[in-house]
Amino acid sequence: MYVAVKGGERAIENAHRLLANARRGDQNVAEVTLDQISEQLGLAVDRVMSEGSLYDRELAALAIKQARGDLIEAIFLVRAFRATLPRFGASEPVDTGAMRVQRRVSSTFKDIPGGQILGPTFDYTHRLLDPALAEGFMPEVPATAEAATAPTPRVTDILGRAGLIESSPRSEDGASVGDLTREPLNFPAARDLRLQNLARGDEGFLLAMGYSTQRGYGRNHPFAGEIRFGEVEVEFFAEDAGFAVPLGSIELTECQMVNQFKGSATEAPCFTRGYGLAFGQSERKTMSMALVDRALRARELGEEATAPAQDEEFVMSHSDNVQATGFVEHLKLPHYVDFQSELGLLRKLRQEFAKANAPHTMKEAAE
Amino acid sequence: MDAVTQNNNQQAQRKAAMAVLAHAEASEIAARLRTLALPGHQDLREPENGLVMLRGRVGGDGAPFNLGEATVSRAAVRLASGEVGFGYTLGRNSEKARLIALCDALVQSRDFSASIERDVIAPLRERLMIRRKQAAAETAATKVDFYTMVRGEG
Repeated sequence: MYVAVKGGERAIENAHRLLANARRGDQNVAEVTLDQISEQLGLAVDRVMSEGSLYDRELAALAIKQARGDLIEAIFLVRAFRATLPRFGASEPVDTGAMRVQRRVSSTFKDIPGGQILGPTFDYTHRLLDPALAEGFMPEVPATAEAATAPTPRVTDILGRAGLIESSPRSEDGASVGDLTREPLNFPAARDLRLQNLARGDEGFLLAMGYSTQRGYGRNHPFAGEIRFGEVEVEFFAEDAGFAVPLGSIELTECQMVNQFKGSATEAPCFTRGYGLAFGQSERKTMSMALVDRALRARELGEEATAPAQDEEFVMSHSDNVQATGFVEHLKLPHYVDFQSELGLLRKLRQEFAKANAPHTMKEAAE
Repeated sequence: MDAVTQNNNQQAQRKAAMAVLAHAEASEIAARLRTLALPGHQDLREPENGLVMLRGRVGGDGAPFNLGEATVSRAAVRLASGEVGFGYTLGRNSEKARLIALCDALVQSRDFSASIERDVIAPLRERLMIRRKQAAAETAATKVDFYTMVRGEG
């Protein structure tokens, strides 16, 4: 039974006022602007867009500011915002092969068409704190070189042409695409739903799950076939215009993981693959996602599924940090009545215990 | 030229214009449009913000899946001469959607299609290409040149 308890309104109101002040911090320090967050904390914005499942840099920056830099709180704010807008429909699937690449590396082939392009990366930095960044740092103008006009085909497409890797699963034109924001999740879940779940899943959770496969809990022998980051064009079929209209471009990171073979009496052995895709520059996220995507294909590939990362119900039910934080953090809300009944039960149990042990204790005392 | 081909040509032209406009700032489009003597026009549909579910493909080239949503603004504008234009853009800038819709209507208008291309789309396209070329050049400078150490066995 729930008992309504009133009270605490003024305390709540004042707590929120105090929060607004704590968020602002020392008012002698300049206020951070959304542009500053978007431009200078860009990877935090990328993460909030990915896991908030909403591509809008300005809103993600606002959410980060409002959440005082707590990214899971910011993701929560963005998810709540998306529920306030109508959905016009779904875009045409983006073509990552036509990406204007800003970074593109492969750990499987040194000489890939289009080359290894490092782009803006933390790789090969020494991870030493740089005091020069503390204030007034002006970076050098970026170096330039003549850009090649040659295309940068996906590494998996090159392997695919030689039949060395399995091809991506196709679907019929016009087949419906699963959407876990519209229909409740059922298991077993198809690959489209699994990828949607992983794309908005918590980076830390996916990192740990991916790492667990490398440490032997569902090992799948991965190579980073290719990681690419850059800009892709988005088109949307507009009913009113009667054709697919360009909406502009978004930044994406894609990871193609190449894994050990499958084959059968009728099919020649070939590499298998796992796939990762996320908004912005989200390399750790897409690599982890690709590892977990591959692990979750255990059943389909006839592998023994014994590890947590291969258990789709386990992975998909715990990957969402908004759901997870909601359930964990609800424990701090008032549970007074629940607790009273537990307390009543415990007192009764203790009385029974005391009664059962009473003669024994008296005898001991007499001796 | 038959009607179907003509229609396809115009559609390609509209799409090409939209592809440029979607990448421009609302203020840039507005500034360019101010150089033209615009015909009378009205909102056919008030600008509206909403969401579009962005889709990727499994493995980059396979079956589609839902990646996550994006904010989108859209509008429709009608010229006094009857042409109807549609404006769609990522983000929540309704003024930009309206300006794109206006441009789309002008692209379809016999009297304005040449001047809108010359005075609005072409200069914006040029700026976009300069930005992309600069970004591509900066990216190209980070391309790895491998060289092989020659072993001393001759």
